[in-house]
Amino acid sequence: MRFAVLSAALLAAVAVAKVHAQPPRDLPHITSERLEQAMRASFGYDQLPPDLQARLVQDEVQRLCTEYRNEPPADVAERIQKLSAESVVFPPDGKFLGDWKKGEQLSVNGYGLRMRDDPRRQVGGNCYACHQMAPQEVSYGTLGPSLLQYGKLRDFDPEAIRTAYIKIYNSNAALACSTMPRYGTQKIISIEDITHILAFLFDRDSPVNKE
Amino acid sequence: MRLSLWALGAAASALAVISTGLAQSDNPVDEYRRMLADPFANPGFLFVDEGEQLWTEKRGPKNASLEQCDLGLGPGVLEGAYAQLPRYFPDVDKVMDAESRIVHCMVTLQGFDEATIRRNAFSTRSRKSELEALVAFVAEKSSGHRLSVPLNHPKEKEAYALGEAVFYRRGSYFDFSCATCHSQEGLRIRLQELANLRKNEDAIRAVTTWPTYRVSHETLRTMQHRMWDCFWQMRMPDLIHGSEVSIALITWLTKNAEGGELTVPAIKR
Repeated sequence: MRFAVLSAALLAAVAVAKVHAQPPRDLPHITSERLEQAMRASFGYDQLPPDLQARLVQDEVQRLCTEYRNEPPADVAERIQKLSAESVVFPPDGKFLGDWKKGEQLSVNGYGLRMRDDPRRQVGGNCYACHQMAPQEVSYGTLGPSLLQYGKLRDFDPEAIRTAYIKIYNSNAALACSTMPRYGTQKIISIEDITHILAFLFDRDSPVNKE
Repeated sequence: MRLSLWALGAAASALAVISTGLAQSDNPVDEYRRMLADPFANPGFLFVDEGEQLWTEKRGPKNASLEQCDLGLGPGVLEGAYAQLPRYFPDVDKVMDAESRIVHCMVTLQGFDEATIRRNAFSTRSRKSELEALVAFVAEKSSGHRLSVPLNHPKEKEAYALGEAVFYRRGSYFDFSCATCHSQEGLRIRLQELANLRKNEDAIRAVTTWPTYRVSHETLRTMQHRMWDCFWQMRMPDLIHGSEVSIALITWLTKNAEGGELTVPAIKR
């Protein structure tokens, strides 16, 4: 009897596994209008102040990357990259490298822009959430590539500095639907903050470029 | 010679520092997880007991218990009900997750005010949530059961499809979607390992361990809280408790975890 129950359970488990091998069928198509309607209703859009309402409205890049699930066809990718490159504003004084020590603090700091976060406190870049940077910091994420020795590996080349600035300001200028936030375009941190983070990557004295 | 010996010594001690550093970041974590896995040390079970009392006690303006609540398998049937949610309920013509259904029963059977329950759905340091305890009690009655979400009614299929669409939707300051962190295997955010929630195996690990006692929150947290918490990290406004998007995401996630054995309340960092 017990054996029968056991084998029935095993059969059931196999059946379950088989069912899952195929994704559910006959699913309705969710239009972007339907998705946005559900989002607005579920986050109480009508009751929110304008600054929070804005967080629920997608810009064109977000809309396209949602529509193509981050794999846009070539022409769309080109449009996203062009649009993104056009939004990049360079430092007004032409100086790309700020203070690497401030850049290190910004790379560690993940505070800011969440509901009930204090708006007077510094918003972080939170680079370590996804990237390895200085070898001493062992608490780093792996969603993005390692940035160990970043400046040194590029011979501290001014062109590489400019390219990295664009990548931080708007990651989609180089790669459409990149996972990395668009720190400048989305006004997450200031241009000055970006130059500090760049210094953390490119300053010869920065721990990023030390052994 | 002296210099090179010194260099060798320095290199050796640097290696020692690195290896102890690694040992410290690995072993205590494993040890911590082992400690957390002990059911007798899990405060989540206190919430189960408290939830049982809240379930059976006559309460609210209608002075009724929740014992006749229909969680999808008929009035009063608790065994295995949580493992088969979310599902479509003809009486409200909607798909509901466990939490929404419990709220529905508190409103219809006991006469409580829905807005008040939702406002107090998540406990804070100064106020305990009755709903968290009720969810713990109901979910524990499905512990050991395998997740099996019905996907037959058109509204159940729509909820699944909507959940998947939400998973890929990018927005707010960081352009994040759920997929940003949860569509690949073996990656970490800081030291936290991330699950690929599109994969059965990973989804099972995630879904079968909610509700869970969150040590850092000093309370039991539910799947609705987990969804709200993720959107908070994504710099989105507050997700409304029991909203369509929350239920759709939970439907999609639970279906992806189909066949996984529920082991709750779990305990996490």
